[in-house]
Amino acid sequence: MSESSPPHPVTTEAPPIRALLTLAVLALTLVLLIAPLAVVFAEALRDGLSAALASLTERDAWSAIRLTLFVAAVSVPLNAIVGLAAAWAIAKFDFRGKAVLITLIDLPFSVSPVVAGLALVLLYGSHGWLGVWLQAHELKIVFAFPGLLLATLFITFPFVARELIPVMTEQGRAEEEAALTLGASGWHMFRTVTLPNVHWALLYGVLLCNARAMGEFGAVAVISGKIRGQTTTMPIMIEMLYNEYLSVAAFSMAALLAALALLTLALKSLLEWRHADLLSATRRH
Amino acid sequence: MTLAFRRTPAPLLAALLASSAVMGPSLAAAETRLLNVSYDPTREFYRAYNALFAEWWQAQGHEPVTLEQSHGGSGAQARAVIDGLEAQVVTLALASDIDAIAARSEVLPKDWQAGLPHNSAPYTSTIVFLVREGNPKGIADWDDLIRDDVQVITPNPKTSGGARWNFLAAWGWALNQPGGSEESARDYVTELFKHVPVLDTGARGATTTFTRRGVGDVLLAWENEAFLALDELGEDSFEIVVPSVSILAEPSVALVPGNIEDEAQREVAQAYLDYLYSPEAQALALANYYRAWDTSLAADDDIERFPDLELVNIADFGGWTEAQPRFFGDGGIFDQITAE
Repeated sequence: MSESSPPHPVTTEAPPIRALLTLAVLALTLVLLIAPLAVVFAEALRDGLSAALASLTERDAWSAIRLTLFVAAVSVPLNAIVGLAAAWAIAKFDFRGKAVLITLIDLPFSVSPVVAGLALVLLYGSHGWLGVWLQAHELKIVFAFPGLLLATLFITFPFVARELIPVMTEQGRAEEEAALTLGASGWHMFRTVTLPNVHWALLYGVLLCNARAMGEFGAVAVISGKIRGQTTTMPIMIEMLYNEYLSVAAFSMAALLAALALLTLALKSLLEWRHADLLSATRRH
Repeated sequence: MTLAFRRTPAPLLAALLASSAVMGPSLAAAETRLLNVSYDPTREFYRAYNALFAEWWQAQGHEPVTLEQSHGGSGAQARAVIDGLEAQVVTLALASDIDAIAARSEVLPKDWQAGLPHNSAPYTSTIVFLVREGNPKGIADWDDLIRDDVQVITPNPKTSGGARWNFLAAWGWALNQPGGSEESARDYVTELFKHVPVLDTGARGATTTFTRRGVGDVLLAWENEAFLALDELGEDSFEIVVPSVSILAEPSVALVPGNIEDEAQREVAQAYLDYLYSPEAQALALANYYRAWDTSLAADDDIERFPDLELVNIADFGGWTEAQPRFFGDGGIFDQITAE
């Protein structure tokens, strides 16, 4: 249906005004997006590429990179599964408390990350509600990997579900009902009908989720304990290096983090471009 | 309508859990670990000291030890230890932050300060002014800081140990002026904080605000932090101004028995603190701009660097047990003057 575009231009502005507006947007993009990124890369390469690479392979820096990738590698699939389940429940079923569930999913968007981190410390810290029990059983949550994971899971919780809910709601239940009527099992139906219908939205959500999981600072900073080489993720390491007057190292890591985000974006664009036709058929928002 | 699963994607979950067990940050702790939770400006010193200690420890015929560091605002770091950050050793900016750990958790005895020489302060420092090159505002002493055209950078006394020393140094100077009284000291400090445009949580954050972001005309800084800034950022960008009166700042160190796992760890932790008082470590502290006690192995330059100045002492304020609640506690003098 997108084929039937109107024969005359939609806008009525004169060409000079259009050009001016386009230029304004380009200038803003340059100032707000490109320039800061360029500065990060320029600072990282100030002493040459080898200095930048050397700073990234230094023991603590390398362990921060590994930790960040590992936190993302665990939290993103978990959030993808939970987000898919939540979106499915919300889009395909009617039940009491649905509105409450949708609001709850959005909660991490509205709660400040610092509050999220502090809440986890209050809950799991040594004087927290669960902390005493955890300590008695020698389970470490705060200032250790599980705390970092919990903080990241909390912060990135809405990303997948938020992408899926509108798509799933729009598609309705008709196709699933047809599959069931034809005798498909629940899992079979999910794999062959539901998942293919939403896989672009799912991928988009996963990519956004991944970018945020790697970049989260506030909540993670509260719960990290900042032990070098142990609980410092890349964003925390960047701040630490900067505070230690190690500019090249700080900006090299910042450049790497930015590059990982750009890679995520490029991946998304590439998929969108290669599968543009499929995409326009399934994603309409 | 009803949708029912007959099979669940169990293999996926199992694979995920297995991968997390394999790839997790190395949990195997064959060698002894030691976590030193410290405050902001000691990053460079403890990086050097950890190397020195590790070498000495092995030279004594012991197994190698893994030394871990955490840095932040002193008060914030104490808070983290109270909340369960498992430090075997704390090296904080002032005694009252370690007192806070002793008071709010069971990991540390209340009489910890008697555990090591010199009130458990292996090195001391003081508070000086860092100004921009050529001292464009002509700042010479504390009274210049409350001139209309001067902006002062200090971290927040609530979270930063250095900032509490800043506060008390200012108070001590005002009290020592002719006709000085508690009231005039309070007026001076109130006025001083009106000249502070931003309160960072830790000393290093404040230094960054002043040196890199170019905010303010004068930074109230640890002497060691000021020397380090000169060293790192170039002596032609900043100058140190020594006020007529400052304070003897005693950063304290302590063992945290509640976080010690076994006898091997206790032995390393105790040695780690004791060795801070060795001539080698004291020379290292002096080279890192701290005023250490034992100068026998230090280079002349590292000793002569420190100017003589009149220092008030925390004892003049009744010790930290009295000064902390009175000045920095909830509803204390700092809260009162910032509310005005």
